[in-house]
Amino acid sequence: MAELNKQDYEPGTHVDLAPPVSQVGITGWMRKNLFSTPTNVVLTILTIYFLYKVIPPVLNWAFIDAVFSDLDHRNECREIAGGACWAVVRARLEQFIYGFYPEHLRWRVNLTFVLMFVALLPLLYDNVPKRKYLLWFSLIYPFFAFFMLWGGLGLEDVESAKMGGFMLTVLIGMTGIVVSLPLGIALSLGRHSSAPIIKVLSVWYIEFFRGVPLITLLFVASTLLNYFMPPGTHFDLLLRVIIMVILFAAAYIAEVIRGGLAAIPKGQFEAADALGLSYAKSMRLIILPQALKISIPGIVNTFIGLYKDTTLVVIVGLLDPLGISRATLADSSWQGLSTELYIFIALGFFISCFAMSRYSLYLERKLDTGHRVK
Amino acid sequence: MQVGKYQLFVATIFVGMETQLNNEVKIMRLTKYLSIVVAVLALGVSGVSSAGMLDDIKARGHLQCGINTGLTGFAFTDDAGNWQGFDVALCQAVAAAVFGDASAVKYTNLTGKTRFPSLNAGEVDMLSRNTTWTYSRDVDLKMTFLGVNYYDGQGFIVPAALGVTSATQLDGASVCIQTGTTTELNLADFFRGNNMNYEPVPIETNEEARNSYLAGRCDVYTTDRSGLAATRASLDNPQDHVVLPEIISKEPLGPVVRHGDDEWADIVRWTLNVIIIAEEKGITSENVAAMAAEVQKDAELNRMFGTEGEYGAMLGLSADWVVNVISAVGNYGEIFEKYLGVNTDIGLERGVNALWTDGGLIYSPPYR
Repeated sequence: MAELNKQDYEPGTHVDLAPPVSQVGITGWMRKNLFSTPTNVVLTILTIYFLYKVIPPVLNWAFIDAVFSDLDHRNECREIAGGACWAVVRARLEQFIYGFYPEHLRWRVNLTFVLMFVALLPLLYDNVPKRKYLLWFSLIYPFFAFFMLWGGLGLEDVESAKMGGFMLTVLIGMTGIVVSLPLGIALSLGRHSSAPIIKVLSVWYIEFFRGVPLITLLFVASTLLNYFMPPGTHFDLLLRVIIMVILFAAAYIAEVIRGGLAAIPKGQFEAADALGLSYAKSMRLIILPQALKISIPGIVNTFIGLYKDTTLVVIVGLLDPLGISRATLADSSWQGLSTELYIFIALGFFISCFAMSRYSLYLERKLDTGHRVK
Repeated sequence: MQVGKYQLFVATIFVGMETQLNNEVKIMRLTKYLSIVVAVLALGVSGVSSAGMLDDIKARGHLQCGINTGLTGFAFTDDAGNWQGFDVALCQAVAAAVFGDASAVKYTNLTGKTRFPSLNAGEVDMLSRNTTWTYSRDVDLKMTFLGVNYYDGQGFIVPAALGVTSATQLDGASVCIQTGTTTELNLADFFRGNNMNYEPVPIETNEEARNSYLAGRCDVYTTDRSGLAATRASLDNPQDHVVLPEIISKEPLGPVVRHGDDEWADIVRWTLNVIIIAEEKGITSENVAAMAAEVQKDAELNRMFGTEGEYGAMLGLSADWVVNVISAVGNYGEIFEKYLGVNTDIGLERGVNALWTDGGLIYSPPYR
């Protein structure tokens, strides 16, 4: 100590000593995070053992022993290697993306998909250049998408039965998300309202749709609604299902936002009134911005749930990715390759849902006003 | 109070906003309603013009056929995205009968739960969806079963290593069984009837059953024989597994239409029948055109080909409708061999589905 304390250099000229090896770099990180206590040492070793047991076989199956080539039959896969037969995904990739959408019209789906992001951009980010004009595009986009996908106005008609795969998932999921949010906001305000009729109607609506499972609603959409229609009329099944998904999700969104509204201190409402703001203005400028901000995690949670719930449409005979996998596995050429297909579908869903949850985190950070306990 | 007054106003604003965003849906809905109105008006104006389903279907330009969402050999998609299979072929045959064009058919995929409501609601013109003909479906559900195109029945599959050759040797076995199905009841009946015990291993889907069976969680897997054959075909070493000879239930599968239009029922019924007669008489998709071109010694053939009598017109079809059907999909044997037969991955023997002349049950009334 005495040696170190002896200053034989000018102040400010001393060369910094490197920190001890045990405190920095990978060793330091491991000491701090993996081996800090006896319990952690045991847990770390167990985890490493577990990963050692699991990861190599999985990698072996999914990549090393796997077959990626373009084949026509599962037996051809088995002749090459015993691992995953990704040839099935390759053979059916277009069905998994477009369903049975006519091949020469698939550019319409692609265009609609790409423009969906252009339409979403000004809604998701407020620092987009020329946002004002883009918002107009967002407004007309739903009509554009409708004509692009179903045809009309000189475009060749495509019926709903031709749509399937991930295209169907995105179609049902995105329509559900985009329409159910404003509907849910309106319902939550209705439930929060002091006007009895609006309040009672909103409560009834919300409680009914939250009290009934989505599967039941889908069955109602697919079977019961027909009995109310004049015989011989054809009310598109996909449309019926989308409407049910929207109504269902709106009830959940309404309750999530009601939670946000409940978290707003009474003083905020009173302050808005004291400023002389009308109801519409006080909601738009004071209450909803705060309530929606609080509700972001809940809203995104509901959206992700809704997006994944679209797989339920398989039970009413719509061919979403799971339905396509079922039809694929029924082909004796690809029978028994369910693991490969399910992994592929899971990957597709993970990408969309992960993106949504990342965006929600970004939004929360951006809107953070430092009020929350970290 | 001021707030209260404004609330209605705000509500209308929000409803208005919703309308704007909801427009895509609204437009679709509106077009549908408009088309309904137009359809109703057209009905009122034209009166009796849509008297029968055949006219409706002809006016529509395609047959709407209800098929499975995916069942090996019976309904599946090929790599190009076309529906194929033993059940799908019958849809194509009916389309060929009505339009002379086997591709004039659109498919609605129906699950076990939605098939009858869809048929009853008029969403599909017919079902060709491995549907078992039972008393309550025929009578209580008001379905019209039009014959049997496949005689199925519940069977067992066991590993060959067990050395079992008959289901009566299965005393004490653990059995993979789909819960809540008639197969579960059939199994219980069979074991009780033979004074045997078994240990049920409940599973939900065919895929799960396959995996459980392969993992050795059960000694035996039981389901319909066609399903067993398909499952066996998908195993890595099919020769290590045997399907036992016993069939413990009757599952006659066939096309179905709803009550109310007997003329349409006749068309579907006789489409199936002529496919069967064609096999009996040796008419195939290859030789049908040549055979129809010349007068045959067998008068039944001439009646079928439309060169004798007015048999097509009796059904409201063209005189050569049988020729169209057979040249489009082939005879019963051809369809069977193409999708289920011994040369396919599924490898089913004809068995009870052989023609009656070969000791099977497939039989058609005469075309006379």
